[in-house]
Amino acid sequence: MTATAVRRVHVPLPVTVAAAAVAWLVAWFVNLPFSNWLVFDVLRLQAGSQSGDAVAFFLFDTPKVLLLLAGIVTVVSFLRSFVAPERVRQALAGRGTLPGTVAAASFGIITPFCSCSAVPLFIGFVEAGVPLGVTFAFLVSSPMVNEVAIVLLWGLFGPGIALAYMAAGLAVAIVSGLVIGRLGMERHVEDYVWTIRAGSTLPVFRPTLADRIHDAWRSTVDILGRVWPWVVGGIAVGALIHGFVPTEVVAQIGGSGNPLAVPALVAIGVPLYSNAAGTIPIVEALLGKGLPLGSALAFMMAVTALSVPELVILRRVMKPRLLAVFVAVVASGIIAIGYLFNAFAA
Amino acid sequence: MTTIQVLGHGCDNCKRLEANTREAVAKAGIEAEITKVTDDPGIMAFGILSTPGLVIDGKVASYGRVPSAAEIARWLKA
Repeated sequence: MTATAVRRVHVPLPVTVAAAAVAWLVAWFVNLPFSNWLVFDVLRLQAGSQSGDAVAFFLFDTPKVLLLLAGIVTVVSFLRSFVAPERVRQALAGRGTLPGTVAAASFGIITPFCSCSAVPLFIGFVEAGVPLGVTFAFLVSSPMVNEVAIVLLWGLFGPGIALAYMAAGLAVAIVSGLVIGRLGMERHVEDYVWTIRAGSTLPVFRPTLADRIHDAWRSTVDILGRVWPWVVGGIAVGALIHGFVPTEVVAQIGGSGNPLAVPALVAIGVPLYSNAAGTIPIVEALLGKGLPLGSALAFMMAVTALSVPELVILRRVMKPRLLAVFVAVVASGIIAIGYLFNAFAA
Repeated sequence: MTTIQVLGHGCDNCKRLEANTREAVAKAGIEAEITKVTDDPGIMAFGILSTPGLVIDGKVASYGRVPSAAEIARWLKA
């Protein structure tokens, strides 16, 4: 917020960036003492009581997650302004199946994904000679392994689970890519896709450093503006679970003792796409109450990887059969990950 | 007269790009015709993979980001 206010009076860019960074750090370190003071001194709630825990969780986690999002999304948006999908495509065309699939899934981590760009991306990849399976590996990993999900996981669960999620997401993307490549479904791509002759263009104007920083800030404001209600709502529900839901209930319903838990959670997760930011805090609270890690991971992956709006858009380039295969393969992969992690944890 | 094409399916970023472009044309004080390209083959014909894209006089000026009005005005005068 300070950054836009400062920029209007034309302070040099490095000063603006430094001021924003200092403001962020101050907010980060003040958050814990401030929320503790608010909960225990001002509101006079008891530490360890149900309502005390719930309110403390909410007042500390909300600013923490929003700060993390603002900071990391800005940095990531800036860095990835240097990684155009056009270059990724060049790197992927003409590789072998396995290295190509692995590379595509890994590129999916760093490249931005907006479902409105899914169609040009798909056509462009296929048309440049990137094999269908490799293209799918990218399409699966790009929305699933994204910075918002990673930041929330890292901030709320710590690095272990964030990395587990990333590894599991990559595995699902690679296996899905290999399977779909093997099935030879080229004729189930809409016919017009093959007739499009697109050149490869690089833009005539390269953005300056200041343009890139400005872009990064803009997209952060944009993303935060869209997700904050979900984050706050998610943390509020998480706080209620944290304080009031008994552990036995969660462990019983979502636990490894219930074999249907993983597929059921995946089925619930698919329509929740736009709420990815809101579901993760809820999952955190459930995890604390004994939901096994595999069930939690499967649920979060379903939320991010498969979504109804994305499927509607992809229908423009894929015939129903290919779309169905895509959903089936990815969903199976996610369910397998869920069972695998649950088995390990048990 | 400059011809400008805004490429994109009509997502928020495309609308923002179009607004910035109109502002830039006014700022640069030039005459320009702004059209929108919203169909896939039409967009793909410019060889871009990420929308929104901006085409000035047939040349792809930017894609995958929303340049500011000031930035576009600079390009229009170049």
